[in-house]
Amino acid sequence: MYGFFLVPADFFGIFWVMTMFDVDKIRADFPVLQEEVYPGVPLVYLDSAASSQKPLVVIEAMNEYYRRYNANVHRGIHRLSEEATNAYEGARERIARFINAAESCEIIYVRNATEGFNLVAYSWGRANIKPGDEILLTEMEHHANIVPWQLLVQEKGAVLRYVPFNEDGTLDLSSLSELLTERTRLFSFTAVSNVFGTINPVKQLVDAAHAVGALVMVDAAQAVPHMAVDVQAWDCDFMAFSSHKMCGPTGIGVLYGKRELLEAMPPFMGGGDMIRRVRLDGSTWNDLPWKFEAGTPSIAEAIGLGTAVDYLTNLGMDNIHAHEQFITNYALEALSEVPGLKVYGPPANQKAGVAAFTLKGLHPHDISELLDKDGIAIRAGHHCAMPLHHKLGLAATARASFYLHTTTQEIDKLVISLHRARKIFRL
Amino acid sequence: MDESIYREQIIDLYEHPLNYGKLEPADFSYEEDNPLCGDVVRIDVRLDENNRVAEVAWSGDGCAISQASASLLTEEIKGMTLDEVRAFPKERLLELIGVPLSMARVKCALLSLKVLKAGAYGMPDPEILRKQTNQTEE
Repeated sequence: MYGFFLVPADFFGIFWVMTMFDVDKIRADFPVLQEEVYPGVPLVYLDSAASSQKPLVVIEAMNEYYRRYNANVHRGIHRLSEEATNAYEGARERIARFINAAESCEIIYVRNATEGFNLVAYSWGRANIKPGDEILLTEMEHHANIVPWQLLVQEKGAVLRYVPFNEDGTLDLSSLSELLTERTRLFSFTAVSNVFGTINPVKQLVDAAHAVGALVMVDAAQAVPHMAVDVQAWDCDFMAFSSHKMCGPTGIGVLYGKRELLEAMPPFMGGGDMIRRVRLDGSTWNDLPWKFEAGTPSIAEAIGLGTAVDYLTNLGMDNIHAHEQFITNYALEALSEVPGLKVYGPPANQKAGVAAFTLKGLHPHDISELLDKDGIAIRAGHHCAMPLHHKLGLAATARASFYLHTTTQEIDKLVISLHRARKIFRL
Repeated sequence: MDESIYREQIIDLYEHPLNYGKLEPADFSYEEDNPLCGDVVRIDVRLDENNRVAEVAWSGDGCAISQASASLLTEEIKGMTLDEVRAFPKERLLELIGVPLSMARVKCALLSLKVLKAGAYGMPDPEILRKQTNQTEE
């Protein structure tokens, strides 16, 4: 709508963010952001990449289910069960629209992204992977997208290969032609690195994998919360993400899969709800998506996730992404003024709202502990990406991550606190 | 705010660790890491003829708490018998560190003790070793 002003993109983005994206108003939606960590010390939450905070509407939606219409889904012929089922399935439809899935039956509720990977590894993997087959990952993956495949290849006598990353935290795409071969059955990679923040060229990677006949699974745990994701545009075959990183509750996540693939896959877990007919000598399976949802599901959590999707949709994913780009730019600039501080990963314009860093003379644990005294929550450790850290020759990094409610004042507090930490350590 | 966990002694030990290095050969050595943060501590111990700690060295990489704790622990066990080392109470080490620690940081503080005990328990009883040697000699 502002296109005809013909202003430079950066200027336009910052101008827009400053005028249209009301961070103060957004902050008021999050009860925890009104809290003090210690008396007189307000919370500065820079750990959204580990788990995001929840707006009041999400908390209320879950409360309302428990208070007003708590019942099991897909079972009772009574009003409460019907209302619960409608809320549970309605959330699925909104999630499908949110990532532009062709049909809502392609949205499988799981516990978290980790369970999504395990589901595909056990169900699709066990049925399709043979000795000598190859599964391609990258060296920047979260353990959730490494360990399930390690278990699978051990069982099947298959082979895991990894796309290396460059010094700047981007993938070494020149190695792709060698690593993607007719033996590759699956290429599973992250859309956004949880350490470097690198935004990977998903579409390009999907096309390269499809060109050799491999399927593609995308780890979207750090993408779906922060930017508009369109599974049909990406053309990925599977994708997993977690609710708790996108303003929703813990205990629920999503596995997206193309319908024909999901239909051909055997169930992951057996039990109630996933069956059509059970006889003592065997059973037949329910339709998608319920074939993969055995037992009473996380009903309140699905409703909470649906509300989180509404909340993010109303704000607009492109607006959220623009705000995070603005904050990341500001943060990288501000952090570069701290002596001895090194941020890992690509420059701000290729990066999501994550700054993993080291500070010479200060261990990440000590950094985190000292920042905590100023109310600042960051993460210190390997962020479930030990192979990445091992390649960098590091045991751990400190990681500040940003979200829709992060302000420039919070970044200033982070920098001041880092200066103070250096002083305490006589640096 | 209260910065008491980073009191002078801890920072001093972080800057100038005690007993830092390696002993090769040693009577027992052990190394382990804290999977939460990747801190690594290795401890090497040499015993004298009475099974008392004659020399001890530690090496590794980690946060100020885990590093200071390794210095304090290795200093404290000098002259102790192997049995005393095996029975070393974790409360004593926390007392030596002397600063209030959160649950996550207690793990950092106790990493060196975990390593020391794993080494001490893993070592065969010197008495038994001596008997075995005598038997072979006979």
